[in-house]
Amino acid sequence: MATVSVCKYYPGGFSFDNCKRNALLEADISKLGFSSPAARKTGTTICGVVYKDGVVLGADTRATEGMIVADKNCSKIHYISPNIYCCGAGTAADTEMTTQIISSNLELHSLSTGRLPRVATANRMLKQMLFRYQGYIGAALVLGGVDCNGPHLYSIYPHGSTDKLPYVTMGSGSLAAMAVFEDRYRPNMEEEEAKRLVRDAIAAGIFNDLGSGSNIDLCVITKGKVDYLRPHDVANKKGVREDKVYGHPVTGSYRYKHGTTGVLTKTVTPLNLEVVEESVQTMDTS
Amino acid sequence: MDPVEFLSKLEKTTIMAVEFDGGVVMGADSRTTTGAYIANRVTDKLTPIHERIFCCRSGSAADTQAIADAVTYQLGFHSIELDEAPLVQTAASLFRDMCYRYREELMAGIIVAGWDPRRGGQVYTVPVGGMMTRQPVSVGGSGSSYIYGYVDSNYRPAMSKEECLKFTAEALTLAMERDGSSGGVVRLAVISEQGVERQVILGNQLPKFSTV
Repeated sequence: MATVSVCKYYPGGFSFDNCKRNALLEADISKLGFSSPAARKTGTTICGVVYKDGVVLGADTRATEGMIVADKNCSKIHYISPNIYCCGAGTAADTEMTTQIISSNLELHSLSTGRLPRVATANRMLKQMLFRYQGYIGAALVLGGVDCNGPHLYSIYPHGSTDKLPYVTMGSGSLAAMAVFEDRYRPNMEEEEAKRLVRDAIAAGIFNDLGSGSNIDLCVITKGKVDYLRPHDVANKKGVREDKVYGHPVTGSYRYKHGTTGVLTKTVTPLNLEVVEESVQTMDTS
Repeated sequence: MDPVEFLSKLEKTTIMAVEFDGGVVMGADSRTTTGAYIANRVTDKLTPIHERIFCCRSGSAADTQAIADAVTYQLGFHSIELDEAPLVQTAASLFRDMCYRYREELMAGIIVAGWDPRRGGQVYTVPVGGMMTRQPVSVGGSGSSYIYGYVDSNYRPAMSKEECLKFTAEALTLAMERDGSSGGVVRLAVISEQGVERQVILGNQLPKFSTV
């Protein structure tokens, strides 16, 4: 009987070869008592809304590493093309790099076609890339822009599915933001109303979700104009330490006037000590 | 504090298609869930593949969208090569080839339906696993389990277009009442030689059944 030999065929796509090794390493590291470094996630609130003349995108500015705030003022609204911007939630590195890759490819595409890029093109490029990586790129995006066919808004999930809707929210604070949208969204709003709605939705995420916080960034995209408002609203102002007491600058000074603390009792106990031993140690200063 | 979208988005759904003399009626609910959160309450699960061929998508949203995009491209190319309208069976075969080849990686249950000049209205079902078979009536998705009895007892061959629309709308409504993963609005599409007519039945306009 003839044996059939098959040449090893390497298909394209993500290589899962290192996954077994990584799993073993993780187990070893935890045995030693350490933990492997955690990916920095933007536990986030991002949202977008289509209004009469364009789209308004909004985002908070907190980046977390586990339970610690890694960046109090990070920028989550990324540039894709002059008429298209993208908010990113999920793993910070993934959203940053994915949007940069697609922005670069879209610029080349735009030069090749000689036209302003369309939001649907950016959507297709993003969804095809994320699907190829089967959800391992943790990027959840809100893509919005204005092109020759009008304003468009898409939500893109890490596994590569997309929805085209008039209002979308993503991130850990998405439920809080969606509650605001479902209450107050109307089709064909004016710009000020739309900005107020997005600001309130992000604020709902900031105040009700632990993973979101700090300031509110807004990006208003209309035909021919983009307003990148960073920060649009400082929802949480940092307190100011008292820096002058009775005319003297005292930032960080802990000197208090005599009499600040009242003295209730005073006891003086003399300690009679005998000299037992006396020795002199010369210092070498050569 | 896990972001909601790290769970994969599923269209555990109710979808349905019925053949009648002269075309097909297709219907679907409009709910897409991520865990227990409804990510999109107005989803359009009736996706155009060609001018007179549509598919109903159920299962993983990402998988079915990617498959539908790929088949749309392949069928469009094939149609240009032939310089004539593609057959519904061709579209169904393309779905079947992809769903069977990548059956381990995919979670997709698809109903392909449409009209072509050679065989008229046809419904083909391509469930999870990649089988393909032609049926006069087909239901799919998580909500379909609740309506097999209704469909089996109420389907009659040679129904008219209006009867098929009523039949589909009622079946989907019953499934949406009982299945937590289905809901929203009912989207309907009628495909015939004349083209495609699409309808939406909003929540308050759905047919009413006894509330026990």
